[in-house]
Amino acid sequence: MITTSIQYIPGMKIVEHFGLVQGSTIRAKHIGRDIAASLKNLIGGELKGYTELMTESRAEATDRMCKQAEQFGANAVINVRYATSSVAQGAAELFAYGTAVVVKPEA
Amino acid sequence: MDISGLVIFVVLMALGYIAGTMAERKHYKSIERREAAMLRQPIVTYEDMETPEGKRVRKAKMVTGSAVISTDYFKRFLASLRFFFGGRVKSYESLLDRARREAIIRMKQEAVGAKIILGMRIETSNIGSSNRKGKNKGLGAVEALAYGTAVWFDEIRPQTP
Repeated sequence: MITTSIQYIPGMKIVEHFGLVQGSTIRAKHIGRDIAASLKNLIGGELKGYTELMTESRAEATDRMCKQAEQFGANAVINVRYATSSVAQGAAELFAYGTAVVVKPEA
Repeated sequence: MDISGLVIFVVLMALGYIAGTMAERKHYKSIERREAAMLRQPIVTYEDMETPEGKRVRKAKMVTGSAVISTDYFKRFLASLRFFFGGRVKSYESLLDRARREAIIRMKQEAVGAKIILGMRIETSNIGSSNRKGKNKGLGAVEALAYGTAVWFDEIRPQTP
């Protein structure tokens, strides 16, 4: 599955459109991570636990989006966008959406 | 406020100031070093691209980079004073700047060998945390996400007759 953040795929030609596909996930870290993060919060700097959490959830959301595209019979998703919202303390929703298409290499 | 509360406050302020300032300086140094190393890989926000003469697109792939950065106790206190008097909240400016630049660097690290990154977008969000329950003071931690489409090129070899 090819994904791009732009309206086409360089070097490929779009032959069929399937419309919107999306994937989302809500995740939280275990309490130990939260405690470590709140301590780190005193001296500042990167909260590695949360960076990891966001990266994992983003991969999961993208994966779900691609699964949906596969069901349509698409082989690529173009114009992918990400959105984040925090639903509760310590949890975050990651949302990925894009347009499913079929592409073939340019002659 | 009793005396032990005051002592804890002063200790946290001092810790935040010393460790926080050191950490930020170190982070900026590392950001500048890595940015200099990757200077020759352009990132653009537009989406159109013309394939250069004699080249062919080998691969196009989405690349992402993200970082969650938090500010220290001392700066959070400074910011809360700012919220009272108004004006430029400098201590949060550097926080967002660090998060975004770090995210862009990580995105570039995923695009090793790519000639260009097209259609880059930056997304910033506030991360909720389980500490400071109910106080709703704002955590002072932000996530920056940078994503774009990296394009790799191949040379087209002239056909030998």
